[in-house]
Amino acid sequence: MSLLAVSNLAKRYRRGGKPFAAVDDISFEIGPAETLALAGPSGSGKSTIAKLVLRLIEPDAGRIDFEGGDFLALSGAALRTRRARLQMVFQDPLAAFNPRATVARVLDDPLRIYNIASRAERPRRIAALLERVGLDTSLAARAIHEISGGQRQRVAIARAIATRPSLIVLDEAVSALDVSVRGQILELLLDLQRQERIAYLFISHDLGVIRAVAHRVVILDAGRIAESGDARAVIADPQSAVGKALVAATPKLVRTSQDAS
Amino acid sequence: MSRLHRFFRTPEAIAGALILALLVAMALAAPLLFPGDPQAIAGPALLPPFQDWSLPLGTDRLGRDVLAELFHGARTSLAVGLAAAAAALLIGAAVGTLAGFASGLLDEVLMRVTDAFQTVPSFLLALAFVSIVGPSLGVVVAAIALSAWTGPARVARAEVLSIRERDYVAGARIIGMHPLEIAFREVLPNALPPVLALSSVIVAAAILTEAALSFLGLGDPNRVTWGGMIAEGRTVLRTAPFLSIVPGVALVLTVLGVYLAGEGVVESTAVRRSLS
Ligand SMILES: Nc1ncnc2c1ncn2[C@@H]1O[C@H](COP(=O)(O)OP(=O)(O)OP(=O)(O)O)[C@@H](O)[C@H]1O
Ligand SMILES: [Mg+2]
Repeated sequence: MSLLAVSNLAKRYRRGGKPFAAVDDISFEIGPAETLALAGPSGSGKSTIAKLVLRLIEPDAGRIDFEGGDFLALSGAALRTRRARLQMVFQDPLAAFNPRATVARVLDDPLRIYNIASRAERPRRIAALLERVGLDTSLAARAIHEISGGQRQRVAIARAIATRPSLIVLDEAVSALDVSVRGQILELLLDLQRQERIAYLFISHDLGVIRAVAHRVVILDAGRIAESGDARAVIADPQSAVGKALVAATPKLVRTSQDAS
Repeated sequence: MSRLHRFFRTPEAIAGALILALLVAMALAAPLLFPGDPQAIAGPALLPPFQDWSLPLGTDRLGRDVLAELFHGARTSLAVGLAAAAAALLIGAAVGTLAGFASGLLDEVLMRVTDAFQTVPSFLLALAFVSIVGPSLGVVVAAIALSAWTGPARVARAEVLSIRERDYVAGARIIGMHPLEIAFREVLPNALPPVLALSSVIVAAAILTEAALSFLGLGDPNRVTWGGMIAEGRTVLRTAPFLSIVPGVALVLTVLGVYLAGEGVVESTAVRRSLS
């Protein structure tokens, strides 16, 4: 049974007074502990899908089932409760946190909101979360702008797993990081998936990264699905024009596929 | 420390700070230097200033010590000005945050209410409120706050509208934070600086409004106020002009001091912002 099932999702915006479909009749499924990647050129609707799935914006049409329930039917306290199971990591970890926050507060919030630990117990939980994502526990007292970008993204992951979610949406979560840090973060994500059986909706324009972490990929073009399938298979032999263009635009990928042949 | 340094760089800010310091000193020293009732008769009526050194600024029409009244008046002006401005900023920030964060119908309703308050001249509003409820210090503070919260509300709303689109607000929603907590704990503190920049203007306006209400006899009758002193002096303006001039000058200097010091604060933070 699928964890997340999105069917016929649509979202229209207005551009220059005329309505256009940012997301147009999109359907896909994600199973437990599975990684589904969303790829596509800029403006193809990847972030819009992420926001729809997270109920940050409301769709014009379609259905979202999450953990066997109609996710779009939830509101208020019921929605907030459900959100514990569906988390997100943003591209820019600096923008993703209150500029006045400390690392400890950022991790304390979900623990407090979901009553996961008592006030006295929370510092220990925070330390455990920091350790889980490979950070020194002494970082807890630091302001969020006083740690490096890679550390910040680890904090973002720690916050996302604090509520023990079954699905994490990652919108270009490694795109802003430099290559060595990116590799470590991807390792961490894969490790978490193995240990905690977390599924990922992994948004990226980097097919190299997608091939490394995703089981399946959906390639988007102007709000519609251009093609989808097994990540390695699609990237090795894209059928759609957008898919071919994306592969061609990933130089490292071309080299490795040549190496393989 | 460096911020203080920056603040004291402009002569205007220094002048403003000095005036404010003097005012605060007067307000604090009033009960020590003039422990008695400032409204009690202290000597012969209409004694001109600088005649009797036990009554340096002379006496008013009823023989009250003008210097004692001036000191106690500073207390009232400062207390009312600060309390009213604090209340106005608090109400304004809360309404503006709610409106900006809620959007939709609640925003519409709150902003129409703000419009309504803003269309009525603020002094008339305060006047009407005090006339209806009756003059006492608390009512005067409430009346002034009621007429001054719309500015902060608008600024807070505009700021909140831009902040609520940031990723971290979406992040707060995703971890299930209650909308009110997001509005007041995550968004409001970051929207506050431009709202607080209004405070000097609001304090100055509040002090003037309080004086004007007192001048019209709508101040707290149990308190000495500069506005009340000016009104008192008006009846003997030709024979004893100093009775109006002394509190009048005090009032002008105070408003000027608040304004200059406020500008200094804004300036010093603006410099910091443009540097960062
Ligand atoms: N709030 C909005 N109002 C109007 N148009 C919007 C809004 N949000 C997104 N769009 C438009 O919808 C389309 C899809 O945007 P989206 O952000 O989902 O693209 P994306 O695939 O994430 O692109 P990128 O790779 O650049 O992040 C774009 O044309 C964008 O301009
Ligand atoms: Mg995007």
